Amino acid sequence: MTQTRVAGPPAVADERIEHVAPLRRLLVRPEAGSLLGAVLIFAFFFVMADSFRKPESLANVLYFSSTIGIMAVAVALLMIGGEFDLSAGVAVTTASLVAAMLAYQFTLNVWVGALVSLVVALAIGFLNGYLVVRTGIPSFLITLGTFLMLQGLNLAVTKLLTGAVATDDISDMAGFGSAKRIFASEWDIGRVSVKITVLWWIVTVVFATWLLMRTRVGNWIFAAGGNADSARAVGVPVTRVKIGLFMGVAFLAWFTGMHLLFSFNTVQSGEGVGKEFLYIIAAVIGGVLLTGGYGTAVGSAIGALIFGMTYSGIILAGWNPDWFKFFLGIMLLLATVMNAWVRNYAARR
Amino acid sequence: MTDPLIELRDVGKQYRNIIALHGISLRVGGGEVTCVLGDNGAGKSTLIKIMAGLHRQSEGTLLVDGEEVVLSSPREALDRGIATVYQDLAVVSLMPVWRNFFLGSELYRGVWPARSLRVEEMRATTKSELAKMGIDLPDVDAPIGTLSGGQRQCVAIARAVFFGARVLILDEPTAALGVRQSGVVLRYIAAARDAGFGVVFITHNPHHAFLVGDHFVLLNRGRMRLDCTRAEITLDELTQQMAGGDELTALEQELQRTGT
Repeated sequence: MTQTRVAGPPAVADERIEHVAPLRRLLVRPEAGSLLGAVLIFAFFFVMADSFRKPESLANVLYFSSTIGIMAVAVALLMIGGEFDLSAGVAVTTASLVAAMLAYQFTLNVWVGALVSLVVALAIGFLNGYLVVRTGIPSFLITLGTFLMLQGLNLAVTKLLTGAVATDDISDMAGFGSAKRIFASEWDIGRVSVKITVLWWIVTVVFATWLLMRTRVGNWIFAAGGNADSARAVGVPVTRVKIGLFMGVAFLAWFTGMHLLFSFNTVQSGEGVGKEFLYIIAAVIGGVLLTGGYGTAVGSAIGALIFGMTYSGIILAGWNPDWFKFFLGIMLLLATVMNAWVRNYAARR
Repeated sequence: MTDPLIELRDVGKQYRNIIALHGISLRVGGGEVTCVLGDNGAGKSTLIKIMAGLHRQSEGTLLVDGEEVVLSSPREALDRGIATVYQDLAVVSLMPVWRNFFLGSELYRGVWPARSLRVEEMRATTKSELAKMGIDLPDVDAPIGTLSGGQRQCVAIARAVFFGARVLILDEPTAALGVRQSGVVLRYIAAARDAGFGVVFITHNPHHAFLVGDHFVLLNRGRMRLDCTRAEITLDELTQQMAGGDELTALEQELQRTGT
């Protein structure tokens, strides 16, 4: 019996890896394009608007960015995991409405309202995730459904309970002070006062980065978004990962909702519509791949920062704020083209 | 023949009223390659799925190490040392090689919730495990999608070996590959056989099968049409059987007539 025994070729160690230029190394980072964009936009408004250069303006930019950025982190993770959540914007409003109305109607400590609201938000996230993994219908459609449902519920239930389009002021209720300290306080650094959401935003980005890059769950998120079937075949609990990601979005929606409630004392029931796109845009500008499996939390932060700088930059430059959406659109187009180009460039090696 | 690692006795599978597989008996021993050949729809995939724990057989018994078992999930099959490498399900192309290598079985330190990955260790292990099998990668941080098809299959096989597989089920590992890339994979199969692994090599290419196989099983319409050892058959006979025997002769004549 003849056997065709072939030994594998001997392994030769070589240093081909060293020839990769440092510039290319930097460019292959998912957030490289957006970082360049952020620097250019900063430079642009720095030159164009005198008041943009003041430290107070910077604090303002950071605040605007953080209100989008906290949610953008969760949405970026969800998108890396291969799913969308169109209900994220109105879920923020739902969370604050539940907390405000529950506390007011039953004259409870606002913390009770906040905790019930957390449970409600997580349930919404779970429902989104469960429906997506269970039915196999694209999350775009499922969450479009929950988006409409929540939008209707927000308006109808608020009208039913308060007879108006906004909730009653809860600023004189028990627990408001301590809740405001957590969700909506500000501290002074020198002459500038910085909102606490900026701190929470940084914490969120750092945590999400650690989660993505240094934990098993992070590995599973990339795999679930990159190729769910492969992931399942090697034992990754794709279903739990995806439901978890939807609940992550819900958790930060609750957090953002609490911030809005405790900084404005009252909630408009029609708020939040359209915000879901800002989160997605921030994530995409930051280099998160629309089809999943690729991106970073830091990228979403840069995307949110671009949003914040453009938003306040246009106002500070004295232009009509109507231009904002136009610029946001340009940036989104530039970012996606740039990301596609960067990825092709990086893949050619 | 040594004691079989996996043995199938009269295994069959029915999906509602469709009989996908019937009367399959198969022994997979350590240090040998069992080739399962068959055309599209012959029942190869169903057979793999039963051995991989994705489906349960509807008749017959499945023995692992001589012990009768019912595999309820791919995880259970893995725990018993049966690893399946699927042709198109092998890897997540955008993820780095080392993350793919350890996907689902990551090494970590610390206690929950502060568990973190042992990244450097995993990188080094990936590099050395692949080097052992003759795959030399300059950069295990590169997305696995930048590797050639043959290398990707090999990474998937090396991963199965590293995580304690004793039986490797390879689902058409050479189907989508060119000649040179197929050679890479076949060499790897031979290396795995020599290292004492039991290999089930599913293919529809008799040439590839004959290069590494010790035992050949041919499936047709859910039944075994051929079951023989290497000594009992030649490549020509295998090709002939594979292509449907008489059908091929008829086809040959038909095409010759129209060709001239």
